Order: sequence, then structure tokens, then C-alpha cells
Amino acid sequence: MEPFNNHTGVGVPLRQSNVDTDQIIPAVYLKRITRTGFEDGLFAAWRNDPEFVLNLEPFKAGTVLVAGPDFGTGSSREHAVWALCDYGFRVVVSSRFGDIFRGNAGKQGLLTAACAQPDVELLWKALETEPGTTVTVDLQARRITCRDIEVGFEIDDYTRWRLIEGLDDIGLSLRHVDDIDAFEADRPGWLPTTLAR
Amino acid sequence: MARTLAEKLWEAHLVRRGEDGPGGTEPDLLYVDLHLVHEVTSPQAFDGLRAAGRRVRRPDLTIATEDHNVPTTDVELPIADPVSLAQVQALRKNCAEFDLPLYPMNHAEQGIVHVIGPQLGLTQPGMTVVCGDSHTSTHGAFGALAFGIGTSEVEHVLATQTLPLRRFATMSVTVHGVLRPGVTSKDIVLAVIAEIGTAGGQGHVIEYRGSAIEALSMESRMTICNMSIEAGARAGMIAPDATTFEYLRGRPHAPSGAGWDTAAATWSELRTDDDASFDREVVIDAATLTPFVTWGTNPGQGLPLSERVPDPARIADENERAAAERALTYMDLAPGTALRDIQVDTVFLGSCTNGRIEDLRAAADVLRGRHVADDVRMLVVPGSMRVRAQAEQEGLHEVFTAAGAEWRSAGCSMCLAMNPDKLAPGERSASTSNRNFEGRQGKGGRTHLVSPLVAAATAVRGTLSSPEDLPEER
Repeated sequence: MEPFNNHTGVGVPLRQSNVDTDQIIPAVYLKRITRTGFEDGLFAAWRNDPEFVLNLEPFKAGTVLVAGPDFGTGSSREHAVWALCDYGFRVVVSSRFGDIFRGNAGKQGLLTAACAQPDVELLWKALETEPGTTVTVDLQARRITCRDIEVGFEIDDYTRWRLIEGLDDIGLSLRHVDDIDAFEADRPGWLPTTLAR
Repeated sequence: MARTLAEKLWEAHLVRRGEDGPGGTEPDLLYVDLHLVHEVTSPQAFDGLRAAGRRVRRPDLTIATEDHNVPTTDVELPIADPVSLAQVQALRKNCAEFDLPLYPMNHAEQGIVHVIGPQLGLTQPGMTVVCGDSHTSTHGAFGALAFGIGTSEVEHVLATQTLPLRRFATMSVTVHGVLRPGVTSKDIVLAVIAEIGTAGGQGHVIEYRGSAIEALSMESRMTICNMSIEAGARAGMIAPDATTFEYLRGRPHAPSGAGWDTAAATWSELRTDDDASFDREVVIDAATLTPFVTWGTNPGQGLPLSERVPDPARIADENERAAAERALTYMDLAPGTALRDIQVDTVFLGSCTNGRIEDLRAAADVLRGRHVADDVRMLVVPGSMRVRAQAEQEGLHEVFTAAGAEWRSAGCSMCLAMNPDKLAPGERSASTSNRNFEGRQGKGGRTHLVSPLVAAATAVRGTLSSPEDLPEER
């Protein structure tokens, strides 16, 4: 995973709540077996609308998505994170995220910055008043700046550290393989296995 | 200290408690007792293992099936869609390479992951169960800690049989009293989601309790736990009891002989301490519940069937009002329309929410001697091949086909429309599945979530209906 320290890019206002992962990428794009190339599936249904924010210059080049509350609810599909990353997004700002989506994002180096809704509204106004405005997200300081606006955001310490260091979870867990061995040795014998009976 | 069931299961699966480190307190490392795998969220995980030269740590605690994208007709033929075929073939190749048990299409045990786990007796009380699918919460009905994960976590579980996790908060939903006839567990959970909202359970494990929950069958309990994710919760669970034990006894992977006695004694201990407290508590009176349907584009936008489409202008919260306006535009509904007057084109009976034998029996009881309305198509998709076989043994398939419904093979089907079972743009469905998101059942399709009883009655009348709305005469 690529380390994340801070990022500056074009902000995209998405004035919508409850953006579920079916909207982020419809199921029809989930048949692919590759891990990249999902950018065409991002918001696929909405991108048919010429007025959709990502169809408008200069938002097309956006890298910081500023969305309404409850972004990424619903299906566990990590493809939603891949589609956002493949399109070029590095940060999603929202007042609330779906739990599974937020976890998936943390594994892929996509920063989910949780801001208070009034702060999201300030960012929306700034981005809509002057389309193409850049947003700077400082993960170390947990600050977002956009023109004269400066707001804080929440992310848990551990995810922040992993993002900054660019660390792979599996590698971290395998440092504790002795603990896993010990736990397994104590599991009761009557617990089921999946082997055919 | 008094603990909830969820907290007890967490402690019982702690491989390692998170310590203070350079990134603050580490997450706990939790052991996974059962990992369910399917074709859609796993191929990239297996690629990750190969790239890192890792193996699957416990193939014997892992099971795979083909469910999300498989067709439900002509299942003996090769899959016609080349992209779906490639995905299914990738799963077969990965299972062969990593030595994982797989129930492929046409196998007697094939079916939706969340239907086959319980059916095989693999899902047992006190276990941790994960799958790259958000409806893994279904397995919580057995008093298991069961939750959906993303593909990176699938890879993590394959490699380590563990997951690094932050402790979940706890929430109780207590349903007291007795349900009225014709009111099902689907109505309970739709009412709960409407009450607490799609983010109401965020970060929480919901434990469902109370006399109305205790009175439910295992299959009805699975329906409730299944939709916990629709309230934003990580998991849903119900403490195991005699109903749970009876369901499990004799299942292929359930313990037997002396193992059964040991297991049953252990399971009997699995309950929330009397004086334990939850982070949030919700109480519902079962007697107030009636058949419930959704009118909007998220599962929290629901109302009793007797109500009318709401007027967004009366919604105080700005974001909710905007969401309701958008939903009504998408759903092509006018405020004030009686929900019972909404006409549908398609009725879908199936999914991990309501694709089990009791769901099929309930719908067949309504349809027996009746016929699906003109211009309505009804798809009946059993949750597993075993459910299908059981239904055929009971003659239910003849009830469905005599009523004019289509009798299909097992899979996720029109719940998420990855296979050929889709709504056309503008089509409207009454669906026993779990999500009414925009385009969920096909681009431009409109979904009303309902119980199997409402689905069957709707198929007969052609508008959203409960069995009470049908003439007695058949």
C-alpha cells in the first residue's frame, strides 16, 4: 500500500446522502476477476446523466470527493473502493460512512475523512462557488483546507498510522503467528470442519 | 463483570488483545471459525495470496459455493455469459489450487452461502463466521458472531484465519408480545430499520431478544439477523435456545454422540448476563406491527402497508427530505398514493433473506388455488438446491407453476441482478430480498421490499397486498 501523508486535489461536491455501494458501482461490474480497471463502473448509472457532477468540467479531474451523510452503506463489495481509487480519488469526506466500506477503504489507501455535517456544507459551498477549487487533506494533522476554510476530521489513530506508513495488514497479523498457533491448539475438537462427511 | 453475548463471543475468540504501539492501540486479533467464500468477492483475494506466496491456513474451516452470478434456468448448460463463466471458473480453479471444499452449480448442496451454511449444520452457536458478503449477519440467528467483510479481509482470513478488528458496540432490540397473524419476521426487521434508520446500528452488534423473537423459528430468526446490515449494524444475533438446538440436531456437520452433549452444554451458557447493559436499547411491541413494505430507495424508507406514500414536504430534516424527494422521483410515486394501490410488474420470491423452505411454504399457502395476475410475472428462486428438492418433495413447485409463477434453480438471482434475472428499466417489483437501492434489481428497476406473504398476495392482486386483501374464494 502506498503511504499517505497529505494530498491536494480538485474537490468534488456530491450533495447526496445514503450513497450505497450499489450506486458507487453496480453489481454488473462485479463479474471481473481483476483488481484494477473499475473506473468505468464508478457511479455508472448516474454518469449517464450529463448534469452529474463528474460529467462537468473541471470536476472530472477530481480526487477529493465530498459527499453527504452515510456514504458507502450496503453491500460489502470492495469494488466500490477500487472504483473510486481507479478513477483517481484519494480521499472521501462525509459525516458518516458505512462500516464495511470504511474498513475496506483503509485497506486500500483511500482516506475516509469524517467531518461534521456543517463542515461538509461549508466545503460544498466553496466547491460549488468556484468549481475546480482544490482541497488539501493533511492526514498527519487531521485537517482539511479549502480556500479560507479549515476544518478537522476524524479517523482512528491506528488506521491513520497504517495509511501513513503504507502497511499491509496481513504482514502485521502474521507477526503473531505464534499466538494463532496457540489459540488453535486450544479449540474444542467438536467444532465443525467443512470437510465432507 | 456482566457481559452481553456479543462481548462473550469476542473474548472467546481473542487470539491477541491489541496493545499500545506506534499507531496507538492496535486492534484485537480475532479467530474465525468459519469462512464462507463465493465467486464474486474472492478472485482478487486469491490473486493476492499467489502474489505473496501465501497458502490458505485452514482449508478445513473454509467452504465455497457459486451463488451470486449463476443463472437459475438451464443450469445443466454452460453459463452463457462469458464474464460470469470466467468468474465461476476462477473460483473452481482457486478452490482446486488451494484445496478448498466447493459446492458448484448443479451440486445437491449448492446454494446461497447464507442458506447452505446453516442447512449443513456448519453454522453453530458461539462461532465466529465471516464471508465477503454483507448479509453474513444471517448466521447470527444461531448465537454466532457473524459479519460481512471486504475482499482484502477475505485474503486476510484465507492467509491467517484471523481478522484485526476494533470491538463493536452493543445494541439490543427487544420485541415483546405476540405477533398478529400474517405478520412475519420480515415485517419486524423492516419496522426496526424504519425506526432506527439505515445508520442506526452503525458500529454495533444488535442482539434481538424478547418473547416475540423467542417464539420465532430458526428460519424466521435468520431473516431478521440477515437485514441487520440494512440498519447499518455490523452483525445481528439471537441467543441460542431449544429451537436452535432442535434445528441443528442431525444436520450433516452438527456434532453427534458425546460431542453433541458437550456442545449443547456449552451452547446453553451462551446468553447475555441478566445485569449486562447495552450501549443502546430499542423496545418494540409486537402487537403494534402489521405487514410492512418499503416505498423508497433505501430499506429505512418503509411504512405499514395500510399507509400512504409520504409527503417529503412534511419531513423536517433537510437531508432526509432531499433523499425522500429523490426516492419518489426514482420510484415514480406521488405523495399520498395508497401503498395498496401501487401496481407491480414482477414479484421475486427468494434470496438469503427469504429463500428458505418456510418462506416458500408460506407463499405457496397463499397461492394454492389462486393465479398470478395478468401482466405480472413471478419468479420463485429457492435459496439452495436442497430447499428446491424439499419444496418439490412437498409439491410446492406444482402450486407455484399452477399459479403461473416460474420455478427456478438456486442462487442470489434478482436480489442483486448479477445473473440474467433482472428488472427492465422502469419495471416495478415486490421483492422478498433485502435492498431497494436504485438499480439494485436491474438498471432503472424499482423495488418494494416485502415479506413472502405480501409477495404472494401482491402477485395475485397485481398491487401491493397482504393475504387479507384476497377474496376467500379460491
